[in-house]
Amino acid sequence: MNLSIILAKEYDDPTQSISWLLPKIGELIYGGLASLIIFAVLFKFGWPAAKKALEARTEKIQKELDDSASAQRGAETEAEGVRRALSDVASERAKLLAEADAQAAALIAEGRARIAADVADMESRAVAEIEASRARVGDELRAEITRYAAMATQDAVRASLDDRTQQDLVDGFIAKVGASR
Amino acid sequence: MSTAKVNAYVAAMYEVAVANDAVSAVEDEMYRLARAFESNDQLRTALGDSSLPTDRRQRIVEQLLGGKAHNVTVQLASMLVGTGHVALLPKVADALVKRASSEKQLEVAEVRSAVALSDAQQSRLAEALAKATGKKVNLKVVVDPSVIGGVVATIGNDVIDDTVRTRLEQVKSRL
Repeated sequence: MNLSIILAKEYDDPTQSISWLLPKIGELIYGGLASLIIFAVLFKFGWPAAKKALEARTEKIQKELDDSASAQRGAETEAEGVRRALSDVASERAKLLAEADAQAAALIAEGRARIAADVADMESRAVAEIEASRARVGDELRAEITRYAAMATQDAVRASLDDRTQQDLVDGFIAKVGASR
Repeated sequence: MSTAKVNAYVAAMYEVAVANDAVSAVEDEMYRLARAFESNDQLRTALGDSSLPTDRRQRIVEQLLGGKAHNVTVQLASMLVGTGHVALLPKVADALVKRASSEKQLEVAEVRSAVALSDAQQSRLAEALAKATGKKVNLKVVVDPSVIGGVVATIGNDVIDDTVRTRLEQVKSRL
């Protein structure tokens, strides 16, 4: 059954439904009007509240999103700071290690130089001491030889000084003194 | 203090020697005794030993000089021992010789020789020294074996040294 038939029947008897499925025309009209009024009332009074609730929720969600973004940025900043700090620690560690290496190298060089200087000093002192000992031994030897030579000379002279020689020495002294003026 | 004592002894001894007309003998014998005292350790110890009785020490002096020295010399030496001032003997003798020489306008010439000098040598040496220094000398000869040979004469501050000892010292120094 098509719609024109149905409508034709309806117009024939407005108290009768034209179909077991559709309401009566009046009910349809009043129901439709009532629905429109309800929709209008709902649109007039319910929609702003719903819209406001939706906007508030949207705003809340947006705020949470913003907060999350801000927190994320903060976390990223902090992470960047931590990364930078880690980088700084690494560079500081490298710098400290480099300084320690440089100081160790300097200490080793200084120690080597000092040891070399000490060794050179000890060598020079040893050489000087050897020379001094050699000279001292030489001097002592010369002194000893001189002493023995003097003793030998004195003994030889004493042995050669008989009475005649002694008298000659005295007479020679007298003659020398007498001739000195 | 000791200089004052020495001067006092010298003045007293000189007066005694003059009074006995024995100045030359006394100053010469005191000089010889002083040199013997200096060179002989035993004599120095015996005469300076205060534990020995004084009369015994004086007897040593008398025995040493008796018969060989003037009585005045023996008495003066005994006096020095008796007063306990025998240590001053060398200084007293030297000062006495100087005083006596000064009175005679003589300069003391101390001559050290390894051997004794004869009278003739002493006479010639005194003349030679007088000629060399321009002064009359009172010759004092000391036999000193340490000079080994030759003679060294000291007149005031002048020293004429021609001893074997000095020559050996020079040789040693050159060596």
